[in-house]
Amino acid sequence: MKSDPELYEFWPYRDRPKITWPNGARVAFWAAPNLEFYELDPPANPHRRAWPRPHPDVVGYAHRDYANRVGHWRMMAVMDRYGVPGSVSLSVALCDHLPEVVRSGVERGWEFFSHGIYNTRYAYGMDEAQERAIIEDSIATVERATGQRIAGWLAPALTHTERTMELLAEYGFLYTCDLFQDDQPQPLRVKSGRLISMPYSLEVNDHYGFFIYNMSPRAYALALKRQFDRLYAEGERSGTVMCIPLHSYLIGQPHRIGPFEEVLEYITGHDGVWVTTARRIAEHFHAHHYDAIAADIPARKGGDRA
Amino acid sequence: MTLDPDYLRYPKRRRGMDHDLYGWSNLFERRPIRWPDGAKVAVTVMVAAEYFPLTVGDAPLKAPGHMATPYPDLRHYSAREYGTRLGLYRLLDAFAAARIPVSVAMNAAIAERYPAIPADVAAGGHEIVAYSTDMNGILYGGMDEAAEAALIDAALDRLERVTGTRPRGWRSVAQSQSLNTPRMLAERGIVYACDWVNDDLPYAQRTDAGPLINLPMNHELSDRQIILNCQQSAEAYVRQVEDAYDWLAQEAERFGGRLLTLTLTPYVAGLPFRIAAVEELLKRLAARPGAWFATAAQVVDAWQAQQP
Repeated sequence: MKSDPELYEFWPYRDRPKITWPNGARVAFWAAPNLEFYELDPPANPHRRAWPRPHPDVVGYAHRDYANRVGHWRMMAVMDRYGVPGSVSLSVALCDHLPEVVRSGVERGWEFFSHGIYNTRYAYGMDEAQERAIIEDSIATVERATGQRIAGWLAPALTHTERTMELLAEYGFLYTCDLFQDDQPQPLRVKSGRLISMPYSLEVNDHYGFFIYNMSPRAYALALKRQFDRLYAEGERSGTVMCIPLHSYLIGQPHRIGPFEEVLEYITGHDGVWVTTARRIAEHFHAHHYDAIAADIPARKGGDRA
Repeated sequence: MTLDPDYLRYPKRRRGMDHDLYGWSNLFERRPIRWPDGAKVAVTVMVAAEYFPLTVGDAPLKAPGHMATPYPDLRHYSAREYGTRLGLYRLLDAFAAARIPVSVAMNAAIAERYPAIPADVAAGGHEIVAYSTDMNGILYGGMDEAAEAALIDAALDRLERVTGTRPRGWRSVAQSQSLNTPRMLAERGIVYACDWVNDDLPYAQRTDAGPLINLPMNHELSDRQIILNCQQSAEAYVRQVEDAYDWLAQEAERFGGRLLTLTLTPYVAGLPFRIAAVEELLKRLAARPGAWFATAAQVVDAWQAQQP
């Protein structure tokens, strides 16, 4: 085990090379609906329990299942209204179980990236061959269902191994959503490829808002607006990224969707917001900023500009 | 340690659900439901009438609200009883003032120990839903089948003995079931259960004893969840219930009747410093055009009458 994951360098939030977004936008804004499938009775992973209650965990499972019956459709209608595309964090087995849900995103031109096979199968304890298998399964399954070659990754239930990032880079992924060290993309330390960290978010993730911080719907909406306000202000100096990670079994509940709609109205009502997908942010960054920033970071090690 | 190769095998990775309890369905593509008198939103209030024994049972999970300190936990025992003695009656008065019928999910022990309660509930025009024996009466996966059958029978028989009426609906303690529960309930003539929180309308589950209707009681929109677990104020609770109603009413214009389910807990909502907020909420909801306050059974009947 390592005391430092050695995936990225310290890169202080001062005097960084300027990031510019298309049309002079200050903030690249993306929404990440997690379209998930949870198994009622998954095999046990020795490192993490899937459900807190004995099988069947009726409340835990049914709450997640609400997403595919109700929440997703409600959330998607609101996103449509404000022209916000989804960059989908996908349990790829959803392509097999409920292709209707996946198709609804494909029809809208949404982007898909992998969130593992099921959100009840964790990477903890996988050997290299096993981790390669879930990556290859993800690539093949999503390509078959959507025609897209996935460019991004969010580990299933945020479970990783020490080699996850290296494998993603080797398979040609453009970005990972698994690291939370920054509000701007950052080149990662990988041996092959050019993988970047894509700002996702724990703190304004609806899962954290509602499950960890126990916020009311309106308190969460206010947090999102403030998050946006600050990243918008700072984006005048150098482009920032704001992501809202979503789980429709939470945000798609009738008591939450109204305040959330106000957030999308608020954000998309601003000039200078690039409403886009994670893939487009990554492609833009790779094309225009990767090299300059990759050169800047080592020069800044320890904060020394000389 | 490498994971077992089976960890990467997916025997239930197939079209549809990964079990046979019910099929998938998109709420927004179903035939629209019409409530009586053109109502937009059926509002089902379900009060939890719960008896918490001072001794906690040995099921692998504990009912929310159960004893928490070392024995004898007199503080929680008597605080829950406060809900039963005072809170419940404040709620019944609030329902009378708002002129609304509700459903009361009642442990059989409540009816047996305090027969005034089922009598007062019935006199108010409310429905009684079977709710196990007491808060130790938990159903769970892996439970001995005979023990589960005995528990369900005891709950139904004891409730019927006091009230003279066989309940048509069931709610499980902690909304916890075993895989056998839906079949066992259907075998005993139960029409609907309230445990699966995966929908915004009733739907039919499959069992070997015929269909069992699931009426999803939203577990997140309960006073207990929002006020005790999430530690939000009564005002924040009221606000999100009204937001939910208004959203559902707007959806009803396009997609047909909607359902708002509210669980109220006597020892939470029925406290002196919270009850006024609940009274005000009920009044405001009842004043909204298109609100149909209905018992769980009334909602189930209206829904079932429209199924092909």
